[in-house]
Amino acid sequence: MIAAYLEIRDGKIKKSSFEALSEARRRADELGSGTAAVLAGPAVADLAPAAFAAGASKVYLIENPELAGYSAQGYALALAGFVAEAKPAALFFAATAMGKDLAPRVAARLGAALASDCTKVAVKDGTLEFTRPIYAGKAFLSVRLKSSPQLATLRPNVFPVVEAAGASGETVKVEVAIPEGAVKGRVVDVLKEESAELDVTEADVVVSGGRGLKGPEAFALLRDLAAVFPRAAVGASRSAVDSGWIGHQHQVGQTGKTVSPELYVAIGISGAIQHLAGMSSSKFIVAVNKDLEAPIFKVADYGIAGDLFEIVPKLTEEFKKALKD
Amino acid sequence: MNMLVFVKRVPDTESRIRIQHESRTIAEEGLNFVISPYDEYAVEEALRLKESKGGTVRVVSVGRDEAAVVLRKCLAMGADEALLVKDDSPESFDGLRTARIIARAVESKLAGADLLLFGKQSVGADNSQVPAMVAELLGLPQAAVVTKLEVEAGTATALREIEGGTEKVVLALPAVVSAQKGLNEPRYETLKGIMAAKKKPIPVVTLQELGFGPGEPASQVETTGIDMPAARQAGKILQGDPAETVRELVRLLRDEAKVI
Repeated sequence: MIAAYLEIRDGKIKKSSFEALSEARRRADELGSGTAAVLAGPAVADLAPAAFAAGASKVYLIENPELAGYSAQGYALALAGFVAEAKPAALFFAATAMGKDLAPRVAARLGAALASDCTKVAVKDGTLEFTRPIYAGKAFLSVRLKSSPQLATLRPNVFPVVEAAGASGETVKVEVAIPEGAVKGRVVDVLKEESAELDVTEADVVVSGGRGLKGPEAFALLRDLAAVFPRAAVGASRSAVDSGWIGHQHQVGQTGKTVSPELYVAIGISGAIQHLAGMSSSKFIVAVNKDLEAPIFKVADYGIAGDLFEIVPKLTEEFKKALKD
Repeated sequence: MNMLVFVKRVPDTESRIRIQHESRTIAEEGLNFVISPYDEYAVEEALRLKESKGGTVRVVSVGRDEAAVVLRKCLAMGADEALLVKDDSPESFDGLRTARIIARAVESKLAGADLLLFGKQSVGADNSQVPAMVAELLGLPQAAVVTKLEVEAGTATALREIEGGTEKVVLALPAVVSAQKGLNEPRYETLKGIMAAKKKPIPVVTLQELGFGPGEPASQVETTGIDMPAARQAGKILQGDPAETVRELVRLLRDEAKVI
């Protein structure tokens, strides 16, 4: 059985967790085994139907009042308890902030290796092979894990979601003891960004700005453009971030985030190697830059050589029209 | 406050990566090696905590002799002591292997720390595994990807980055914290610091001295391939009247790429 841990935020299962579950389902089908979803929290039974609808044949529920606030220690105990009881061949997580926090902790507890931030999972000779970017995507490493269960985090926005509306299956309750004093650190508050923006790693469209913007003000033009799309976010190059024009959480590239949206729009970004590493797995790349020789044009599917201050507002209007049709 | 900071020597982010296909490794020739950028934020944070609360900052690296260069940089920034845990094995991409070495080193050589600081990931392996694994192996709480840290009376309060916001995490010390960009602005070494660092010894401890047998700890990750990303073809670059190029671009995205 291949299992996926489903992360819950604001009472809902995250899209990237459904992606991980869907990939678990595809590989389990290939191996002729079952697919399980794991839900953990103080009360999570209500979310089981959503897990069945995304491909799970079995849903494990770990309910414990100690899991009311997220703690890496408490949740690692819960998932290790699930592994001990269900003995899955593999357990996938979404490579989100929580997944990256939790999966290594679970791995250390189980003494098993972990493949981080995978962009491909394949079955070879009856075992799983994981492919993941290294050097922020300048190279791709394929690995097999010699430990059990096979543990992996899967990069958001890469794996398609299975839909099996109305499907149902067996739910199994797992009792996990979380002894008093076992949790020595926990999340006490979640602070949303004021604009409640989507993270660049989760967006379908990323509109990024660089040095060519000449200052923080022009990011308003990019925000207007991003606002045209339903799941879009604003990104930035390292030089824009280091100049203090926008927060570092927007940075795309080797010391920022690696993104793979449907559409990446690079505006006033020349395309330094460490930026290209972070975005070249985007499905389509559009560049707007006044310098026809800029390296970004060598990776862009489409581009406009010209003045961004003139082009971006026009692009916003034209996209609005196109999306209305 | 006694602090341990774990640092790694990595190729700088401007590096072009070349693959040696037979050995399934990255070619090191011609690469410029630096301290992993996120580790630098961890060192800076430890130095600031030392300045405000007193205590010591010890820096530790697991790696070959060359890792002494990054340890010396940390000494020049102001760290008190350094330790090189000598590990000549090639990059395994197995975070648990590294975490086991670090946990053993902490237990046997570096006891009594209040705070263990790491970069959120090493640039290159990009695993983001070791800090949380060390925390689990040592039974300590953790806050990863931290952009703000306050320490008061046996408790650390950290802000950590999550999708579209931040989480506030409260940890009982001793604890593990991993640093994200934005935590601080690392200082440059001073000439005086560089001179002083040259005179400081960098003790070396071997895996054998940590109690590991030959070939231990073994990597549980087997590399089956290493490849360059699929090369992207340069596409259509439009020039001319802005209104026309914009119309044409949107048409191409809709009719040719079918992305909107």
